[in-house]
Amino acid sequence: MAVMTELEYGNLREGQQLEPLTKPPITKVQLVKYAGASGDFNPLHTDDEFARKVGMDGVIAHGMLVMGFLGEYVRDLAGTNAEISGFKMRFGAMTRPGDTIICSATVKKLYSEAGKNYAELDLQAEKAHGKVVGWGSAVLYF
Amino acid sequence: MELDESVIGLTGEKYTFDVEKRHVKQFAEAIGDQNPLYTDEAFAADSRYGQLIAPPTFAMTIGSEGGDFPIELDTRRMLHGEQEFIFYRQIVVGDRLHCQMKVSDLYEKEGKSGTMQFLILDTEMEDDTGDLVAISRTNIIYRPKA
Repeated sequence: MAVMTELEYGNLREGQQLEPLTKPPITKVQLVKYAGASGDFNPLHTDDEFARKVGMDGVIAHGMLVMGFLGEYVRDLAGTNAEISGFKMRFGAMTRPGDTIICSATVKKLYSEAGKNYAELDLQAEKAHGKVVGWGSAVLYF
Repeated sequence: MELDESVIGLTGEKYTFDVEKRHVKQFAEAIGDQNPLYTDEAFAADSRYGQLIAPPTFAMTIGSEGGDFPIELDTRRMLHGEQEFIFYRQIVVGDRLHCQMKVSDLYEKEGKSGTMQFLILDTEMEDDTGDLVAISRTNIIYRPKA
């Protein structure tokens, strides 16, 4: 399926760091595609001239695109063994074309409830130079 | 204009959203997400879902399709602070979702530039049988007037 191995509940332990996912650098074309696919046509993400008028150096990426990268990561981790019941992200620093985003996760908590096994993951999206652009979490059940 | 608690409980218009194959494909491609569960029908047919599914953040696209919303907000003061999705089941291609946005909370916190308001907007998505499929929860930071 994807670049990583899907999780198996029996192999997880609390505090475990999972294999990260490094995305290719964000491009301006990608921002145009994401605008079209998501319906978020705020020109801040696609029009450099507009972005400069509001005080930016140029366009910035949609926060939801970065959350989309984390969503790709979580869905890959879940694979066909697990379902996603919750997924959230708090938005931090801005992301620009050319930035490479690395998604990483730590197993925060493992527990069982009503016959299902749950894994709560702490998620992070950071730029290649170590600046965190978003914090998140996801709950998977097996 | 500052918001007050009277906005809590306000709802937007109900609308219907069809989860379409082509739209899901374009969305996954924009993210660069090559998971075959989104685009490969033969692969998806063999999976636990038996059909194509939508990526997790596709739920945001569904939630932002909504009709007229009953509060006037100054978009220059709005910041998307946090986004959360609660899934009761996987959203699949072919779903017809009946959606409605509502203001579920408003609270304040003191920030450096004055009182910040936080507005929680929930879009609930139900399937044709009336079962809740997912909630898209958006936390908007409403900054003080400059």
